Amino acid sequence: MTTSLWGMDINVWANAAIRLQIIVLVMTVVVMGLIWAERRILGRFQQRIGPQKTGPFGLLQSVADAVKLVGKEDLRPKNADPWTFELAPFLVFIPIFMGFVVVPFIAGWNISVLELGLLYFVAISSVNIVGWVMAGWGSDNRYAMIGGLRAAAQSISYELPLVLSLVSVAMFAGTMNLDEMVRQQAAVPYIVWQPMAFAIFFIAALAELNRAPFDIPVGESEVVGGPFVEYSGIRWSMFMLAEYAGLFIMAIIGASVFLGGYIWPFGEELGRGWQLMLISAKAGLIIFVVFWIRASLPRLRIDQLMGYSWKVLLPLVLLQVLVNGLILVNGWSEVILGVTGLAGVVALVTITGRAANRPRSILARPAAVKVEAA
Amino acid sequence: MVTERAREFDTQDLLINVGPQHPSTHGVFRMVLEVDGELVKDVIPYIGYLHRGAEKLCETMDYRQGIGFMDRTEYLAAFNAELSYVMAVEELAGLEVPERAQWIRMILCELNRLSSHFMFLGAFGVDTGVMGTPFIYGWREREMLIDLFEEISGDRMMYAYFRPGGLAWDVTRNFKERVREVIKSSAQGIKDFDGLFTENEIFVARTKGIGYISAEDAIDYGMSGPSIRASGVPLDVRRDEPYLKYSEVDFQVVTGQHGDVFDRYACRLQEMRESIKIIEQCLDKMADTGPIMPEKMPRMLRTPPGEVYMRTEAPRGEYGIYLVSNGGNRPYRLKVRSACLSNLQALKQMSVGLYVADAILVLGSIDIVLSEVDR
Repeated sequence: MTTSLWGMDINVWANAAIRLQIIVLVMTVVVMGLIWAERRILGRFQQRIGPQKTGPFGLLQSVADAVKLVGKEDLRPKNADPWTFELAPFLVFIPIFMGFVVVPFIAGWNISVLELGLLYFVAISSVNIVGWVMAGWGSDNRYAMIGGLRAAAQSISYELPLVLSLVSVAMFAGTMNLDEMVRQQAAVPYIVWQPMAFAIFFIAALAELNRAPFDIPVGESEVVGGPFVEYSGIRWSMFMLAEYAGLFIMAIIGASVFLGGYIWPFGEELGRGWQLMLISAKAGLIIFVVFWIRASLPRLRIDQLMGYSWKVLLPLVLLQVLVNGLILVNGWSEVILGVTGLAGVVALVTITGRAANRPRSILARPAAVKVEAA
Repeated sequence: MVTERAREFDTQDLLINVGPQHPSTHGVFRMVLEVDGELVKDVIPYIGYLHRGAEKLCETMDYRQGIGFMDRTEYLAAFNAELSYVMAVEELAGLEVPERAQWIRMILCELNRLSSHFMFLGAFGVDTGVMGTPFIYGWREREMLIDLFEEISGDRMMYAYFRPGGLAWDVTRNFKERVREVIKSSAQGIKDFDGLFTENEIFVARTKGIGYISAEDAIDYGMSGPSIRASGVPLDVRRDEPYLKYSEVDFQVVTGQHGDVFDRYACRLQEMRESIKIIEQCLDKMADTGPIMPEKMPRMLRTPPGEVYMRTEAPRGEYGIYLVSNGGNRPYRLKVRSACLSNLQALKQMSVGLYVADAILVLGSIDIVLSEVDR
């Protein structure tokens, strides 16, 4: 059985192996670049310089870090569960990389065009939570266990708004093929018609990726790194690799589904180089905002996090799906969709602001445990 | 009656050891949290990891040598700690401090309050989960202040600049201009923190309504400083028992109403503005030249027998020195009344019933310095 790779006929398995090899190599480089970029950008936000000594502008900092991490001893706590502990990094790392199969970087450059690409992405990207819980439980560390359980709760809560925000676009597009969705945005990107879905997608993606302000599972000041606390060397670096690869894939998906991906909205189709630059710019913008948020927002508390998902994001995104359905059934204009979406964004901002500024009498929770009088 | 099935699902509380090596215990403090899921059911604090016996050591040295130990008990506000000590010695020895030295002391103490509170804002910001930004902001402003302290005293943290009777040496000639320069940048720094935190939805949602302590309980625990003022108790040694020249300057005692973590933060921020006001008034009233030590100072300072308790308002609260002398050139007994130690006692009451993340914030909001707690 043969398939085509760059115009050549080639064995199916060899083809798959070559494509996978490309993903892993490209992703490793991209992740290193992202880590460097984050450190430089955070440095700027914090009035410092960031890495600068290794190579020009510190570009080789990630390489130096990788070499250091590979050289470190691979420790396993004595009481840790051997299998769970050692398998966990792979279970975090592999699903993220599997997601890359469907990502439409530029026209004709995806590894594979799946008819249900969006569904595949959504399904595969949530598998890694198993790895988090395994890491948390298998480390035999209490911080790690709390972190792992927090990760599970968070991932389950934010999976729904994330999926539904993508569903509302898929309804509108009438397809789950990511490549097809990108091409449909030749005139107007979907963010114009579905601004609230994008806002919710962005928030839920932050939570899915455990990035600030939703970095509760790894909260440095509380659980000291959460599930990773006992990991060292190459296993730890796998978690980091997965984290930044996840950020990258989420940014590309966001750029493709909402911002029009590699499509230039004005005029002719672009050449490959320009397409690559366009998608990089769009994804880069999303990634920059993620870094920006990390530099300026405190962490939410676990109950606030859950409440925000179930009480704010989920109802709003369900409403969005309902409005989409109404418009599709009745054949109304897309403009209504855009207007309702904007109203939704306003509602989201208002509700968030009001939730934060509630009077203290509501906020103050009675102590769950009685304290003896002083 | 407990059935078999109920016993099967019986849960056990988890003990989490926070510290002595933990990113947010602000030093070598250890607290064991008993948690049920994410809820804190009990807090058991352990202190003493940083005990160096500073009080006892002071008894083996003469009065001048003790100043350095006072710096090291409260390393974030060393001027304030020194002040209590030298004032206690002056009280015992009956020394009269020249007016200009008093103004300079006041300016330096208020500047030290600023630098200490900047440190609090930075560390507290990191506790709430911002990655490093508030810390660097606080550090930047504190750096300016510390540079100034270095110019004046020759050291960045352990100044040993106040001496019984006055100051070790005169301030630099451009002192006033430099202080004006520095408080200008501090005022901007306070504004920056206002922008970063005070209206930040997540910060407000995280800090409002948690770690509550009532005014009565705060008084019972012997809390002091911004931690008690946030509960609405206008307790400020600077106003209640004016020392130095505090009776001649105009400032407000900032109090909160709710006694929660946000109020403790807001009180400190507002207090910094008041400090800047005090410094400006001091600069206007201070003479440009004049003596900084009494004219007749004995070569070796000896005190008559007696005892004295001298308290001042340090950034964290009432910093008191109890000094007993039986004649001679060294204290017979020295006891430091540490504000942090008393404030820390309320930790359990404030954090039981909260989430783990909030317990960390409550600890951060008391703003402890472990070397002052353990001494």
